[in-house]
Amino acid sequence: MATLIRHRKIVSDNWQLLKPADDGSAPPLPESGDIIVPLAAWLAQRDRLLQRPGRLGVWLAGGDEPALIAEDLKNLGVVAVYFTQFSDGRGYSLGRLLRVRYGWRGELRAVGDVLRDQLFYLAGCGFDAFALRDDQDLQAALSAFGDFSEAYQASAARPLPLFRRRHLNSPDGMEWS
Amino acid sequence: MYLYDEIDQRLVDERVAQYRDQTRRYLAGALTEDDFRPLRLQNGLYIQRHAPMLRVSIPYGLLSSRQLRALADIARTWDRGYGHFSTRQNIQFNWPKLEDVPEILARLATVQMHAIQTSGNCIRNTTTDHFAGIAPDEIVDPLVWCEIIRQWSAFHPEFAYLPRKFKIAVSGSERDRAAVQVHDIGLQARQNAAGDVGFRVLAGGGLGRTPIIGAAVREFLPWQHLLTYLDAILRVYNCHGRRDNKYKARIKILVKELTPEAFRRQVEEEWAHLKDGPATLFTEEIRRIERRFTRPNYLKLDALAPGYALELARDKAFANWVRRNVHAHKLTGYAAVTLSLKKTGVPPGDATAEQMDAVASLADRYSFGELRVSHEQNLILADVRLGDLHALWQEAKALGLATPNIGLITNIIACPGGDFCALANAKSIPVAEAIQRRFDDLDYQHDIGELDLNISGCMNSCGHHHIGHIGILGVDKQGAEFYQISIGGAQGNEASLGRVIGPSVSQAQVPDVIEKLIEIYLECRDSEEERFIDVVRRIGIEPFKEHVYGNPHQAQKNSQRQLAVA
Ligand code: SF4
Repeated sequence: MATLIRHRKIVSDNWQLLKPADDGSAPPLPESGDIIVPLAAWLAQRDRLLQRPGRLGVWLAGGDEPALIAEDLKNLGVVAVYFTQFSDGRGYSLGRLLRVRYGWRGELRAVGDVLRDQLFYLAGCGFDAFALRDDQDLQAALSAFGDFSEAYQASAARPLPLFRRRHLNSPDGMEWS
Repeated sequence: MYLYDEIDQRLVDERVAQYRDQTRRYLAGALTEDDFRPLRLQNGLYIQRHAPMLRVSIPYGLLSSRQLRALADIARTWDRGYGHFSTRQNIQFNWPKLEDVPEILARLATVQMHAIQTSGNCIRNTTTDHFAGIAPDEIVDPLVWCEIIRQWSAFHPEFAYLPRKFKIAVSGSERDRAAVQVHDIGLQARQNAAGDVGFRVLAGGGLGRTPIIGAAVREFLPWQHLLTYLDAILRVYNCHGRRDNKYKARIKILVKELTPEAFRRQVEEEWAHLKDGPATLFTEEIRRIERRFTRPNYLKLDALAPGYALELARDKAFANWVRRNVHAHKLTGYAAVTLSLKKTGVPPGDATAEQMDAVASLADRYSFGELRVSHEQNLILADVRLGDLHALWQEAKALGLATPNIGLITNIIACPGGDFCALANAKSIPVAEAIQRRFDDLDYQHDIGELDLNISGCMNSCGHHHIGHIGILGVDKQGAEFYQISIGGAQGNEASLGRVIGPSVSQAQVPDVIEKLIEIYLECRDSEEERFIDVVRRIGIEPFKEHVYGNPHQAQKNSQRQLAVA
């Protein structure tokens, strides 16, 4: 059984991530079970996928347009972002857009080349589930969420940037630090 | 100086701990070379020709004497006793050991310094005018805005893995001394008709292999919106910048390929979602940052310092130095002083640990314990009393830091080049030295007048050769080191990119070519007031070209004559 980190715990994972075939055609659909399909497959077979038993998720690649699933988020159990390389930063913006602009509150999962040393920033952009690359030590990776105890910028955990919180928390509305 | 508060300090300390663990895992083989590379780069560590190079951030070029002493200490303990001040207001150490870097970062953290995001595809150190805060013509103090940007950009979770590096420059006045037109984002303070303060926003400028002057994306952005607007630009770039080709990945290519108009539209669309959001700035926050800056305890001084005028009249060498290396200050009785790191025979921008300690002591005694690093790779004491200038000059001279060449041909800006840099096509340090030797005569230098000469060892343009009045670029010609010479570049409000004058030349020929360029300039100039760059603009590059390479007709005639003789 595959495992992943969800809400900072190691849990077993029932979702099956489907990838397009090598020729780019849509992947064959398993009869049952929870699946995460590529965006193109979702766009092409939306109704068929919705009628299928089992829960449904969609994954976006770095260059995909998240607006394309904005209307359908209510039908999804997971949204995933696929990192072909951990250094492809587009996925970070996708995470923030899904959370902040499109209001996705369900599981936001990072999949693909996902490594321990990027977890803190990914979490900051709203990811709460991480299917790490096979070679990663999940137990050790958990500590990455504590790399920093604060952040200047707004994040999923702290919707206000630090400078706003400083002034809110200050007794006289002024400096607090 | 900006003083860290508890949170600023904690974040830097936590970064050291994080990197210590990453280094440990790398050395233990638990982190592969590829997985480790971006991590070390974002902590300033490059692997270079001889050894790793560590680039330490000097935010907006401001240093305290205590910090400079710590840099001297690092140079002595972990390096070979010197450091190199770069054109981006950073300092680079060329010989640290990879396994020592966490210790060096820990030492830096004790003096509120770091190497965060000094390299890698992320938002780099924000740079500004080296006279920030003291220049007479400022609309805002850019130091405050640079610190606001530093906090916004440090550990920004969304923008740590951009297509390519990203550099922001801020100018606090209309007159640009921060090269805002050749940065990924340039911010220029402005006041609108109603007297409100804001910024003109430029994007997509840059040097490198495709030099471009930045396009104005917004003529006036009210200051409250600075961070949300930066977020919008960065997001458009992060999502749409090219990632398929490293040479096309800078934002300038995106702006160019989309056209500035289309790029502007995308940014404005993105900004519509972010505008007035939580990252909108407010007055109390600006005040809070301002208050965290210590300010010099200025005295009320007379415009005329006793003795100063006398020394000026009596001592020609001193007067020369004042003319070149001393600059206006907004307060009466004070001046800013450039300590030149361009002594002939010393690689431009290099300073020894002893010099750093000595400069720290000068800063303590003459300039409120603070100094600045300029993008011209010199050190600046920004708040010196006129009455102290003569004593300071004498001390600086004894330290080899009083070469009166600021703005002159020997104040060469040069990258480390082939002696250190793995990317270089050619060396730059010996070329700088050969030119300095050729023009060593001070009277001659002064006669030539203002001239920026920049050298880069390759197309990455760290020496900013495109914006030198004379630019020299190292190129590879069938495995040999050659140099391409351009003229007519300039920085500041009158920014322009230099044009290549002809085929590249060998290292030995470079000083001759420069001398020929100077000959034509001296011959053609209207008066001493007309600078080299002015003459190039007036008469074009042809006369220079001809004098260097010979007139094409002349050349033909010569060869015919030779044939006839044969
Ligand atoms: S211009 Fe080229 S040679 Fe010089 S420092 Fe930059 S990368 Fe190295």
